Amino acid sequence: MPTQDEIFKVVQETLEDALGVDDDEVTMDATLQGDLGAESIDFLDILFRLEKGFDIKIPRGELFPENLARADSSFVQDGKVTESGIAQLREKMPHADVDKLAENPAVANIADLFTVRMMVNFLNHKLNG
Amino acid sequence: MRWFWIDRFIEFESGSYAKAVKNVSLSEEHMHDHFPGFSVMPGSLMIEGLAQTGGILLGEKNDFKYAVILAKVPKVTFHSWATPGDSLVYTARLLDDRDEGGTVECTAHVGERLVAEAEIVFAHLDPADPTLGAIDQKNFVFSMNLLGILEVGKAGDGAEKL
Repeated sequence: MPTQDEIFKVVQETLEDALGVDDDEVTMDATLQGDLGAESIDFLDILFRLEKGFDIKIPRGELFPENLARADSSFVQDGKVTESGIAQLREKMPHADVDKLAENPAVANIADLFTVRMMVNFLNHKLNG
Repeated sequence: MRWFWIDRFIEFESGSYAKAVKNVSLSEEHMHDHFPGFSVMPGSLMIEGLAQTGGILLGEKNDFKYAVILAKVPKVTFHSWATPGDSLVYTARLLDDRDEGGTVECTAHVGERLVAEAEIVFAHLDPADPTLGAIDQKNFVFSMNLLGILEVGKAGDGAEKL
């Protein structure tokens, strides 16, 4: 079973290859879109590479849930994620720092849930149970 | 101008690899502007040719049930160039094939000389999806009967060349 550090190394290499970033940019707290410049199609590429790198199958939407803000109208009100929305995010993205989003639940901040740490936590759970 | 950037397949192994030829010619308009006095095949069009080779390889594996679009070129390196009279041989190998899309690694050679190498990611779209109308058809590997290139290859005497 790989350690968290070993998982991080593979994630780091994956993001270097997929996004053309340097290893020192890929820190645990880096956000995929804001800090590393990932675009929507990159998530597909990253998924392919992780599956290959770890020899696992990651069902679509499990690591990178799609259309979060559009899920239903109770999710967002006045540009902010509602309490029910936050609860849904906790369920869908148990490895993301939803507490941080809850402090300032602007819709634009949803993208910041997608961090390197979230990926490492997800893979750690997936690989080590 | 037709958006065909390969002339013929010379090898095709379903689900594994494909090789196509692109003959570079001074009769192509763009070669006179790129560059005046020094004609070289534009790298962007080499990428398109590699993507057409790899896109058809991926599409054929799935019996062409998806629209295959060039989504991303994570890596490309140009080592040298191709000039009129050169035959570029594009080789694409299928690295990954999934419901959502696929990845190929490709090379472009003139003879033994490596001209370019690249990795290309494709996304699959369902041709029946009504929202696809908004997408520029030029993005599609299979637009404009590009698949006809698979049929090219009868020699003057009628023998199969592929």
